[in-house]
Amino acid sequence: MLEVSNLHVRYGNIQALHGISFQVKSGEMVALLGANGAGKTTTLMSIMRLPPPEGPVVAEGAIRYRDRDLLPVPAHAVVAEHGIGLVPEGRHIFGNLTVNENLKLATYARRDPAQIASDYDRVFSLFPRLAERRHQRSDTLSGGEQQMLAMGRAFMSGVQFILLDEPSMGLSPLLMQELFRVLKQLNEAGTTILVVEQNAHLALKYSHRAYVLEAGRIVIQGDSAELAQNPEVRKAYLG
Amino acid sequence: MQRYNGFILFALGSLIVLGLSHGNLINAYIQITIMFIGINIILSSSLNIINGYMGEFSCGHAGFMAVGAYVTSVLNMWLFASDRVFGPPLLPPASAVLLFPVTLLAGGIAAALAGLLVAVPSFRTRGDYLAIITLAVNYIVKSSIENIQVIGGARGFMGMRKVVQSMSEVLDVPWVMIWVLIATGLSVWLIYRFVNSTYGKGIVAIRDDEIAAEIMSVNTQRMKMVAFMLSSGLAGIAGGLFANILGYINPGSFTIMKSTEVMVMVYLGGMGSLSGSVLSAVGFTVLMEVLRPLQLFKWVVIPLLLIVLMLFRPEGILGNRELSDVFPRLKRWFGTEQGGK
Repeated sequence: MLEVSNLHVRYGNIQALHGISFQVKSGEMVALLGANGAGKTTTLMSIMRLPPPEGPVVAEGAIRYRDRDLLPVPAHAVVAEHGIGLVPEGRHIFGNLTVNENLKLATYARRDPAQIASDYDRVFSLFPRLAERRHQRSDTLSGGEQQMLAMGRAFMSGVQFILLDEPSMGLSPLLMQELFRVLKQLNEAGTTILVVEQNAHLALKYSHRAYVLEAGRIVIQGDSAELAQNPEVRKAYLG
Repeated sequence: MQRYNGFILFALGSLIVLGLSHGNLINAYIQITIMFIGINIILSSSLNIINGYMGEFSCGHAGFMAVGAYVTSVLNMWLFASDRVFGPPLLPPASAVLLFPVTLLAGGIAAALAGLLVAVPSFRTRGDYLAIITLAVNYIVKSSIENIQVIGGARGFMGMRKVVQSMSEVLDVPWVMIWVLIATGLSVWLIYRFVNSTYGKGIVAIRDDEIAAEIMSVNTQRMKMVAFMLSSGLAGIAGGLFANILGYINPGSFTIMKSTEVMVMVYLGGMGSLSGSVLSAVGFTVLMEVLRPLQLFKWVVIPLLLIVLMLFRPEGILGNRELSDVFPRLKRWFGTEQGGK
């Protein structure tokens, strides 16, 4: 489904990615692990081509999605035309809008009212907490609830593939578990997921496959269950 | 029915103003002040699209106004009046009655295209650059006009009176006043519809969080262009009307001072508040006229008032709200807030 091959990315003259290749198949949940500065966010930003002006410059390589070239496509079209959603790091929800309004905003480019209505119900059944707070201003939500909202919003934009950037950041261990459980549910219902995560424990527990990035290169890859047993991974990321 | 209340009120107010002007029941000075109020409403509410709703900072609104003013005036003179430079009129002067709105619109389109020229390079970069580029454009437009001798250069361009004259010969009504009122009503209505449409709300999303807007599938680049062109186009129409009020324009009318005045009106009324922009345009224009006897001291008093306002109410008179949010009762009367004077 998504195929990244030999992707080189640089910011100015700093090389961030040294030719990484990976793929995500339809229906999979794939994790991208690595320490700070390994190039995880850069990878997602290259797929989304965000933010346009000072964003990463792809020097070489290819990003293909359903056999179409994704490299020159701007972010809004990646979402609206190709059906890839992003849950960005730091959530980027609209704090001065209510939960409902944030979700509604995600349907900006959609023209399928019936499907939108059922997607609302789905989001609220996945995240009962959001349903309780649907008329609340979203900047009054807790960090975990905001993360749920960001995930619900990505889902509401009607996409089949969701990219998540550090969804567990700043959350309590209990909430992290809950979020990943919901992600798994979404995945089992047919949404393909690529999650960038520092918390290797969680990511390996819930994903099918994983890639480990180190200084802009993919150093280890494989089934998540196997990686969790891999001595190198255990030493570096699982402690 | 209540949806039309705002419109009806505006139409009634306009008719009263027109009746009073036609019967010369109010003197020419008050008539001109009313027309300046209309023009200032167009200018401030159109700049509010960029500086308020979109959260960018454009400070060369007078430049676009100048483009509109000169294009409309030159077209009018070329088509409908005999002129030293442009020779005899191309069309019978009487046709100005029908074609006046066309030349006005042409001025608006020219200004919108100038806006596009500015928007393409400046929205590739972020924030502050737009301020610098628009500032530069304001100066470029002004100096260019000063150096084009065909349209009068620094001496200014005149003769638009003749066009208004020939319109009055066909039918003796205050034409310029009519068009100022129509353009003001239409502009406010257009901006109201734009910022309240689903499409237009994209610009508010850009202001609040550009990345979030982009991943909500808002085409942020195109949205900014559209908003900027709408804003500068309306400024151009305001310029075209401005030229026909006095029948004389010179580059000195479109300096950075004028741009500043428009910005003051926007910030006075509140960013992202259409009714605030309308109210402050009315208030500011009236205040300028009331303080006229103070002469030079006007420019001491007005900035002082501004400083006081910024100290006690930094978000402007209405802030991000509309008049109907402050007085909810208005909603019962006006389903849509139309900003009738």
